[in-house]
Amino acid sequence: MIDAKIPAGSLDSKWTKYKSTCKLVNPANKRSLEIIVVGTGLAGASAAAALGELGYKVKTFCFQDSPRRAHSIAAQGGINAAKNYQNDGDSTYRLFYDTIKGGDYRAREGNVHRLAEVSANIIDQCVAQGVPFAREYGGLLSNRSFGGTQVQRTFYAAGQTGQQLLIGAYQAQERQIALGNVVQYSRHEMLDVVMIDGKARGIIARNLVTGELERHFGHAVLLCTGGYGNVFYLSTNAMGSNVTAAWKAHKKGALFANPCFTQIHPTCIPVSGDHQSKLTLMSESLRNDGRIWVPKQQGDTRKSIDIPEEERDYYLERRYPAFGNLVPRDVASRAAKERCDAGYGVGTSKQAVYLDFAAAIQRYGKIEAGKRGIEADAETITQMGKDVVKEKYGNLFDMYEKITGENPYEVPMRIYPAVHYTMGGLWVDYELMTTIPGLYCLGEANFSDHGANRLGASALMQGLADGYFVIPYTIGNYLADEIRTKAIPTDHAAFAEAESKVRDRIHMLMNIKGSKTVESLHKRLGKIMWEKCGMARNAEGLKQAIKEIQQLKNEFWSDVKIPGEINEMNPELDKANRVADFIELGELMCIDALNREESCGGHFREEHQTEEGEALRHDDKFMYVSAWEMKGEHEWEMHKEELNYEVVKPSQRSYK
Amino acid sequence: MEHQNINLKLKVWRQKNSTDKGGFETYDVKNISQEMSFLEMFDVLNEELIAEDKDPIAFDHDCREGICGMCSMYINGRPHGPWEANTTCQLHMRAFSEGETIVVEPWRANAFPIIKDLMVDRTAFDRIIQAGGYISVNTGNAVDANALPIEKAKADASFAAAACIGCGACVAACKNSSAMLFLSAKAAHLNLLPQGQPERKTRVMNMVAQMDKEGFGACTNTGACEAVCPKEISITNIARLNLDYTCAGLVSDK
Amino acid sequence: MTFKQMFTSSVGKKLVMGFTGLFLVLFLIVHVGLNACIWANDGGEMFNKGAHFMGANWVPRLLEVGLFAGLILHIIQGLMVEFSNRSKRAIKYDVAFGNRGSKWYSRSMGLLGILILIFLISHLAHFWIPNRSAQGFVGLEGEIDLYTKMKDTFTGDSWQVMVTILVYVVGCIALGFHLAHGVQSACRTFGLSNPKWIAVVSALGYAYAIIVPLMFALMPLSFHFGWID
Repeated sequence: MIDAKIPAGSLDSKWTKYKSTCKLVNPANKRSLEIIVVGTGLAGASAAAALGELGYKVKTFCFQDSPRRAHSIAAQGGINAAKNYQNDGDSTYRLFYDTIKGGDYRAREGNVHRLAEVSANIIDQCVAQGVPFAREYGGLLSNRSFGGTQVQRTFYAAGQTGQQLLIGAYQAQERQIALGNVVQYSRHEMLDVVMIDGKARGIIARNLVTGELERHFGHAVLLCTGGYGNVFYLSTNAMGSNVTAAWKAHKKGALFANPCFTQIHPTCIPVSGDHQSKLTLMSESLRNDGRIWVPKQQGDTRKSIDIPEEERDYYLERRYPAFGNLVPRDVASRAAKERCDAGYGVGTSKQAVYLDFAAAIQRYGKIEAGKRGIEADAETITQMGKDVVKEKYGNLFDMYEKITGENPYEVPMRIYPAVHYTMGGLWVDYELMTTIPGLYCLGEANFSDHGANRLGASALMQGLADGYFVIPYTIGNYLADEIRTKAIPTDHAAFAEAESKVRDRIHMLMNIKGSKTVESLHKRLGKIMWEKCGMARNAEGLKQAIKEIQQLKNEFWSDVKIPGEINEMNPELDKANRVADFIELGELMCIDALNREESCGGHFREEHQTEEGEALRHDDKFMYVSAWEMKGEHEWEMHKEELNYEVVKPSQRSYK
Repeated sequence: MEHQNINLKLKVWRQKNSTDKGGFETYDVKNISQEMSFLEMFDVLNEELIAEDKDPIAFDHDCREGICGMCSMYINGRPHGPWEANTTCQLHMRAFSEGETIVVEPWRANAFPIIKDLMVDRTAFDRIIQAGGYISVNTGNAVDANALPIEKAKADASFAAAACIGCGACVAACKNSSAMLFLSAKAAHLNLLPQGQPERKTRVMNMVAQMDKEGFGACTNTGACEAVCPKEISITNIARLNLDYTCAGLVSDK
Repeated sequence: MTFKQMFTSSVGKKLVMGFTGLFLVLFLIVHVGLNACIWANDGGEMFNKGAHFMGANWVPRLLEVGLFAGLILHIIQGLMVEFSNRSKRAIKYDVAFGNRGSKWYSRSMGLLGILILIFLISHLAHFWIPNRSAQGFVGLEGEIDLYTKMKDTFTGDSWQVMVTILVYVVGCIALGFHLAHGVQSACRTFGLSNPKWIAVVSALGYAYAIIVPLMFALMPLSFHFGWID
């Protein structure tokens, strides 16, 4: 049993009490304490800025050419905060409750409540930094509802909330660079954690431009490296998003928690062919106005507009009358898969469903005609309706048209679920420390706040909460005991050993000189994962997947072909390093999915469903976090962290 | 959508590293689905090059959904290719037809040295931000977000400027290799907001000084930057910056 | 901003270009207005009165010094901006972006400026220098009959006259395109960002860029084709 070090006391007093009793580091000592931040997305950039402001000496690392490119930038919809600006009954408790329930009762109460508590500060902080959130005519902030919650608590900046928040954090980080508190290393990839006397004391990073290995010391190391959705090859993640940093930490002893919890987002543009390199998300906000349907007839080959109304099956409205098209992501995704598997899919691949705005266009057109007090003909109404839809979703419609060549104002969009977010990650305690002392993990890279399913607009909230408002307190509690530790010179034996291991591995990869490209092996891994550990999983498939992945691993290490040299810019080598880790992670994900014999949130085991095909949880047996410890090749040992619900009563989620 | 497979000739700039002289190489790419993105076509070509024991073409890319600003190809004489308000990663092969020759070059500007092939070093943009592209507020000092109402038109204009993805297409398109559209968008984002006022003068002075130091050219208002900006940032922002710069200059003590 | 930065920073340099440019634009209004007196068709009486006022009066003569200072500053700064900007891209593109993103004349201000300069040198050699030499540079009296001088310069079929007219017409066309970009560019450099006023200024700029050079170009042609006596 592992201890999450949740402070004692009532739920709403835990964080306040922690903050007022944790150890502090005096300003003079902060100047001699060094912190390494790996990854510069929302969590990393905000942590680097906040820690720099406090006076610590910070180094940041990212593999992109600038911290501003981290994939947090791609978040479209918004960020939740319990501000209750709309006077619609929101509160810290409601946000906490929605997040716990949305996570299908597999998240920690203490962490989630803290997240809800600091959510309001995030908005204040971002506005002070100049993040241009959407506003009303009165000059105050605008909100929208999101992900089926019953209050309007989502703050947004058109369709690029992620970019605006990241730029806020990035600018705060650049300011600290200008002030000399932070040093930034771009186009650098962390390839190992350096451990001295059982504590994380630095990293080995590879300069991706020159190929050189570098040693960097830190009194503490923060991993803010995002999720591992790219294990599926096709996902909405950026091409470079990877698990490598977290995986190196895992190999050095950090536990990896709930790896099988993956979020499949229901509204993505479908795969168009084997050439596909990534999938593109269409914001969840589209489900506010779009109606999802498939033909009632199996294998219907007619064009969408030729299918009459009575021959369309609006299956979400049919199955879930209460929430309709606005059911949570996991439910909507599974329903789409169910229809396609049953032979009702549309498009050339038959792996897609329609998201139709025709009804919304008519509805808005009529409202518009009413507003202007005109008797309009059908054509004018349609045109006015299209204008309203364009106003609301224009940028998304344009993006859809660029990618598919179809005009969504005229024909329904085709959509299909795609891997989007990973709830699992490195196990961390309440202080965000992994099981390795001095090694922290923030944002999507850790596992702590979203349970088995994340609600829309909560990822940005968690990244910034961890970086701006949690780590500045919790890291002090650790570093207060490190003030006597002098900076360790990087010629220390532990650094040399870690570096030589990294070097050996790179040489090993380069010397395989096989026949299969990294990309082709990655694609095969993705196919195994998607088919057997994707939206629906079963014991037999998972067992088979484990075998296939083990074979793939052998094949990778005996037959991969990497062109180019080590000491130069070599993107294929970078990719090989990452894919090698994805293969190992894939195996662990299947092991975890096999172990968790229940369905919850994004994890759906076919053996465990209700008669109506809904997810069936087994709280009696699986009310725990599975935290895996690596024991050797293909070998892991599970540690359990029991989840104690003191405040919320777990119940079966129902959206009917 | 009707689509077909096409054959193309690619003329691509190859340069081993920053000190190599570099030159064009021509490749035949066959059977390319028009549903592919431009970068996916490069993926296909690279897989073929690896199979032939040749060095694949290095290019910058990451999110492939038009927001990270990493992709940067100068295609047939236009940054990000022929489509309006678009990034390279969102350009699809429907834009090209059978038998066409496509010339692909890196962003060219002294301030963006080439790292390899089509990859350039854009860290100059980071340093321009470090010179003043931020609001100096430490974490935890903020007042309630709604304590400061902001005129919607101003907030919207600020957002429109903040939509910049820092890709550098403006520099690539400008005959002077000027970074003024980037710089002015970053400055306008903050200068249009009340939060940005205390540092407004020093911000523009320092950012312009840094831009000059990095080796970008001066703006001559040709508008080429605006024409290629994937996020349709307006050159109006450059005028805003000019005014701020002039006012700051006139009232400064030195 | 130190005074030095006013002339050395990229925005400062542009400010100098804009201010001197607009100053020259104002001068052209005076110049074209005065010269338009030739069309009074009174044998140059009105024109010579105006020319006399300008040449034999200390105020315009002093302003003339400022004019030349502005002109020289505009030329030197312009050439420096042009050369500096050209040096910022050591390796050129294989395929040029060209007219797809900007107007050719907005990219050719340096070239247009040099054409105007060639015209200007020829123009000064024809009129201003002989006139000031006749007066003596500090004198106010004794200027030559400029109307007759104009007539002589542009009348006849000799190749010298034809070349002169060609230089004038080309110079005026270059001036037109130079102004078409210059006027609105200068206003943007001064910080005009309001779309409503940019539209007004652009319209005025284009009108100015067409009318003023056209009037100038018509002057030699009027003499040559005998439209005026």
